[in-house]
Amino acid sequence: MKIAFASGKGGTGKTTVSVNLAYNLSSHRKVQYLDCDVEEPNGHIFLRPRIEENKISKVIVPVVDQEKCTGCGECTSHCQFKALVLIQKEVLVFPQLCHGCGLCARICPTGAISEGEREIGYVEKGKALGDIDFVQGLLNVGEPMAVPLIQDVKSCYGEADVYIIDAPPGTSCPVVKTIIDVDLVVMVTEPTPFGLHDLRIAVSSAKALDKPVGVVINRDKGEFKQLLDYLKGNQLMVLTKIPEDKEFARQYAKGNLIIKALPTYKNKFDELFHNIETMLRG
Amino acid sequence: MQGIKEIVVVSGKGGTGKTSITGALASLFRDKVVVDCDVDASNLHIIFSPKEILTKKEFIGGKKAKIDGSLCTQCGTCINICRYNAISSEYRVDPLTCEGCGACFYLCPQKAVDFSSRISGYYYISKIASNDPLIFAELLPGEENSGKLVALLKNEARELAKSSSKRLILIDGPPGIGCPVISSLSGSNFALIITEPTLSGEHDLKRITELTHHFKIKAGVVVNKSDLNPYCVQQIQEYCEYEAISFLGEIPYDAKITEAQRNLKTILDFAPECESSWAIKVIHNKLQRILEEL
Repeated sequence: MKIAFASGKGGTGKTTVSVNLAYNLSSHRKVQYLDCDVEEPNGHIFLRPRIEENKISKVIVPVVDQEKCTGCGECTSHCQFKALVLIQKEVLVFPQLCHGCGLCARICPTGAISEGEREIGYVEKGKALGDIDFVQGLLNVGEPMAVPLIQDVKSCYGEADVYIIDAPPGTSCPVVKTIIDVDLVVMVTEPTPFGLHDLRIAVSSAKALDKPVGVVINRDKGEFKQLLDYLKGNQLMVLTKIPEDKEFARQYAKGNLIIKALPTYKNKFDELFHNIETMLRG
Repeated sequence: MQGIKEIVVVSGKGGTGKTSITGALASLFRDKVVVDCDVDASNLHIIFSPKEILTKKEFIGGKKAKIDGSLCTQCGTCINICRYNAISSEYRVDPLTCEGCGACFYLCPQKAVDFSSRISGYYYISKIASNDPLIFAELLPGEENSGKLVALLKNEARELAKSSSKRLILIDGPPGIGCPVISSLSGSNFALIITEPTLSGEHDLKRITELTHHFKIKAGVVVNKSDLNPYCVQQIQEYCEYEAISFLGEIPYDAKITEAQRNLKTILDFAPECESSWAIKVIHNKLQRILEEL
């Protein structure tokens, strides 16, 4: 079973919920945790993995042989990403704009373009607390291309009963790539106008991919009617609610797992998984 | 102060308070254009509830391929060349997987692929209570090209600042360090980094600081929710000193900030005399001095 934790808005508690659920399940199930928030992965802070394997992630980029290039401009006029630019009959490559589609190499009439590789970050694998299989991607600083690295993280599925996938914030391409193959998307939200606004967008992204969606309300603090109305109107199930609690925030600040530091919260994560299973059984 | 200056509010980690603080600063600065570059999940317009939308424009992102079944002979060329596995064995293009490279369109021997632009979102130029413009956008769910949309918003802001003689462009940036963040920082004068004293906040602060160094943009740091972990605040201060970036102040963990948001107001309009509002006023003063020196 593959469960992604997403949110739209950042900082609602995706990582907190996913690492604690992973750890809670690890006592009786085989769990793999994959951190797809490759721009700012934080799961490692709480799950403290021992990294056993480190693999560089690469993308394909064109290499122009200036001897063979006639400066005809075929490649530059076909490239949709403006990764190739013709300046005074010479083709310049902007590797960070390239999506690696390979069109330029195929259409170059003089065969002047071959393909090379470029590093964008790396994927780390190891064993974390609770014997959890741990995978994370780390995007190089200054690198705009997060999607191919997310793809590489997701190629690391191992043998497990439950896959917990920590998604990046937002609703665009990195999120789509993260949730495209999961069985359920858990939206972690907070009862504020910002939280609700971004929840709506994130839910419509997940619905566009035909994914079932459940909701966790974090920092719950009495009634926020607009949120409850929205959840009801869209038949979204609340899987658990975590109350606003400054001690919770302090433990998080120190990088502690909540269910270890504050064991009374364990039942919240039991309830969460119970409801996930109920949802998936339909 | 010479020319138009640009401040971008970023954080690395999401949810540290970028938008609440941008909103509060926007009510203190004069003669500015405010831009929400968190196009995936824009929130600034919620607290400003603009009194007037002046313009609504379409955002045309990339193109997407579509196969015309009546012309397709199922020769397999497109499936073989597509590096994103976006074309199914039934010769249908999945629009969410298609990256819009056009390889199938250009190389289909039957010319059976349509490749056209489509609307990926909308952007708005609005007017807020202070009569300053607020530019914000909505990217349609699952769409790509958020970096391109950010660049477009920044261009609009620059034009508008020039034509209406504004001195400052204040930008609410997206979380992370990837494509839309790089686009938000591009050409700006100062990055205001909002962090929180948590191990995650500190970890992400380091990555966003490296990014500002990478692009040679001056940066300053504000620690929000500072009383959560005073030891960590001290660590952050030391880090700033080491990296030679300005530590601009701290804002306590304050339930009033959430309350202000629930009342659709900035903290300065909601509780101008509370501790957080004062902290933000001090940060605003420091920023003004920095702007004068830039």
